[in-house]
Amino acid sequence: MTSNDDVLLSAQGLSVRFGGVLAVNNVSFDVKRGEVFTLIGPNGAGKTTVFNLISRIYTPTTGTIAYAGPGGAMLPLSTQPPHKVAGLGIARTFQNIELFEHASVLHNLLIGRHTRRETGLWAEMLFTRKVRDAEVRAREKAEQVIDFLDLQHYRDTLVAGLPYGVRKVVELARALCTEPQLLLLDEPSSGLNVEETDDMAFWIQDIQHELGITVLMVEHDMSLVSKVSDRVLAMNQGEVVALGTPREVQTHPGVVEAYLGTIDDVSSLRRHPGHAGSLGARA
Amino acid sequence: MRFLFKTSYEQDIRLAKHGGHVFWYGLLCLALVAAPWVAPEYWLAQLTFVLIYAIVGLGLMLLAGFTGQFSLGHAAFLGVGAYTQAVLTGLGWPFALSLACAAGLSAAVGVVVGLPALRVKGIYLGMATLSFGFIVEEVFARWESVTGGNSGKHLVPPEIWGFKFESTESFYFLCLVIAVVSTLAILNLLRSPTGRAFVAIRDSEISAQSMGIHLARYKTLSFSLSAALAGIGGALYAHKLQFISPDQFNILQSIDLLLMIVIGGLGSVHGAFLGAIFLISMPQLIALGKDWLPDSIGQSPGLQSVVYGAVLVAFVLFEPMGLYGRWLKVRTWLQMFPFYRKGMFKRQKSFQKSDRLK
Amino acid sequence: MQFVQLLISGVSQGCIYGLIALGFVLIYKATETVSFAQGELMMLGAFCGLALMTVLGFPFWVAVLASILAMGLFGVVLERAVIRPILGQPAFSIVMLTIGIGYVLRGLVTMIPNIGTETHTLPVPYKDMSFRLGALVLNAEQLVVIGATAVLCVLLFAMFRYSKLGIAMQASSQNQLAAYYMGIPVQRLNGLAWGLAAAVAAVAGLLLAPITFVHANMGLIGLKAFPAAVVGGFGSLPGAIVGGLVIGIVESLSGFYLPDGFKDTAAYIVVLIMLMVKPNGLFGEKLRKKV
Repeated sequence: MTSNDDVLLSAQGLSVRFGGVLAVNNVSFDVKRGEVFTLIGPNGAGKTTVFNLISRIYTPTTGTIAYAGPGGAMLPLSTQPPHKVAGLGIARTFQNIELFEHASVLHNLLIGRHTRRETGLWAEMLFTRKVRDAEVRAREKAEQVIDFLDLQHYRDTLVAGLPYGVRKVVELARALCTEPQLLLLDEPSSGLNVEETDDMAFWIQDIQHELGITVLMVEHDMSLVSKVSDRVLAMNQGEVVALGTPREVQTHPGVVEAYLGTIDDVSSLRRHPGHAGSLGARA
Repeated sequence: MRFLFKTSYEQDIRLAKHGGHVFWYGLLCLALVAAPWVAPEYWLAQLTFVLIYAIVGLGLMLLAGFTGQFSLGHAAFLGVGAYTQAVLTGLGWPFALSLACAAGLSAAVGVVVGLPALRVKGIYLGMATLSFGFIVEEVFARWESVTGGNSGKHLVPPEIWGFKFESTESFYFLCLVIAVVSTLAILNLLRSPTGRAFVAIRDSEISAQSMGIHLARYKTLSFSLSAALAGIGGALYAHKLQFISPDQFNILQSIDLLLMIVIGGLGSVHGAFLGAIFLISMPQLIALGKDWLPDSIGQSPGLQSVVYGAVLVAFVLFEPMGLYGRWLKVRTWLQMFPFYRKGMFKRQKSFQKSDRLK
Repeated sequence: MQFVQLLISGVSQGCIYGLIALGFVLIYKATETVSFAQGELMMLGAFCGLALMTVLGFPFWVAVLASILAMGLFGVVLERAVIRPILGQPAFSIVMLTIGIGYVLRGLVTMIPNIGTETHTLPVPYKDMSFRLGALVLNAEQLVVIGATAVLCVLLFAMFRYSKLGIAMQASSQNQLAAYYMGIPVQRLNGLAWGLAAAVAAVAGLLLAPITFVHANMGLIGLKAFPAAVVGGFGSLPGAIVGGLVIGIVESLSGFYLPDGFKDTAAYIVVLIMLMVKPNGLFGEKLRKKV
């Protein structure tokens, strides 16, 4: 159905060990260009660790990550230094928000434009015409993202004073400002209420269809996962449990066991027919 | 209350954000240019010192206030600049060339001092810079063939194309020009990608990296720029005093520089200037206050220490945003009268181990 | 023989550095602040002992214990009055605050009429005593320093390992929130940590006083103790002592074997080498932010 040419990111046999803990164990998956690929799993499954491996905060103990760079050829990602990752077209958001607290929202977004800067130190100290024009262009791009995510009335507010939901959106905006090919979203809906989660779902779909960006995300909210994902990878304790469409993965017995325990445990929660009243109320 | 209706990106990008800025800063420039004709010579000399310390303060503010790198040995760069200037002008080199070399050599030393910054942070970096400070001071004292050792070195007044800057007024103008150029350079830097990268490094290194900011490069750049400015300040300092010795660039001088930027207000260009004004006027105020105090306190050698320490403690306790922060609060109160609320400038508490409660 | 002599004087000097560094690390672990006032607290402890022994005429042991207690109390008061309100500010500001406290203490002591500006000798019973061990000449003062430091280390180790108080202090320094949940009075323990650090500084001052005499600038030795804490690793108590010994020995040996000028900067060169080789010190922990 889809040829190998469509693969944007390919992880093969990824493992990472921290001291005695094997956080990620032989994880392999491919992310196809233009899809929304979700990692799910209970806490401690190693999902954020996989993200950190892709954005080169950690180095894998074994295994490789290959990424289709701007030229189209597959590059090995494990040899790139962390600051080169953004230049290759990979942007990410963080689980616990890592914004620049003492700067305004606009400032944060402009920092997101860093990989697209065109001027050097001396020109900037003199603030030549070229620098001024580059600044205006950066502003225009940032304003496009602000428009896309409805952040207009927060533009000049210091991040430190913003509510949690808005901060999550600012993180997303900052990642979008880098004009990425691949967007890594780490739990985009955690801490958001129902309306904000709905907005997030629409934005992810817009990012996929209007902006043509491939999305790789970690998520716990199953309804969001079902709504936006093309394929899902379920992890538990650092290992892959299931890979497929959202429906396939959600009904996979291994996944059910990881989240809820074995089938036997579930039956103890079942109501007994004929007894009106609450669970476990026996005469 | 002032409302800014923004209709173009230019309004955010340019330095003077609205008419008020243009008016007041224009007035300030006028006052500074007119100073030699208005102020008595002693005060002009003090103003020159303020400008020199402000140049150094700009550098330290860039490093500590905007990039968040601890630097406890900054006087070392001051000394490198001062001695380079002394040696080169002593050899007969033209002033501008010596100044450029002083800045360049200080920047090079800054790169070396900044090397630990690539591996360590916080107090470890502070210790590394402190160590460099002591080592450089020792080098000044020991390398007698070049620096004259503990007996110090004399300087001739600066000379550009035959014009000798011997008088207080001419030297003042020289310092004013250099201070204005440095300030504009730093302000320009802060509103462009490099300056924003510095702020990003201060606030969150990990996300700065994920935005494509090469940490090592920008930290080194920050150190070398900061050192270059300190070197320029040091060169002017040497010319002003016409005599330098190693003990002028010791840990106490480094602490004075830090005092200046903390009291001025960390993280603002105004803070460097306000801090410099504070640093130079403090001894004057103490001298004035001495007459009012009983002899046992007033004439004691420990008085300066106590006052400096007490003021520093008071500022960190009651006004951590420094003089500039206090001015911002006053100005906001005036602008928003009577709607000013007490918690408007409340700073977010931040801990290293994030699970701290109080 | 010269080498052993140098080694011993290096170890005794290193013990002083180690004690001051111990204070730094105690404070850092409890309240996350780096305190540049330790040197001045040491100086204050020495002056306190001096005052009690000469002006008030207390016998030696009473004066020693009294000044240790007094300094401990001072540390607790200092934490309550000045440090508690500013926790949570950027580390830079807190460092400046402690530098300010150091300035104030030094200035106040200098301002005391007649006593402040002069150098005094501390009347200790073992003054000017020395022992001969073969070709070695051992000063009683140096031996007392080494002995006292060893005793103090054993006491502190026992306290932290076996007493409830010590375990509670360890707990609150590792995870403050969890300590609160366990009912540990964290803020009171922070005050205690400061008191303990000040008391240790007082001990260092009383031990140092016979060697360098009591004067208001004694505290500047504190600046050499910082490299000791860094070499040992800023989060580790035994590391502080070990770091101090390393610095003391290096300093003593380089004063003799290396050309002039290296003695004063030896400590700092060691720090730089350590930061290049092992950035977090010998026993330090890597503080990595988990994202």
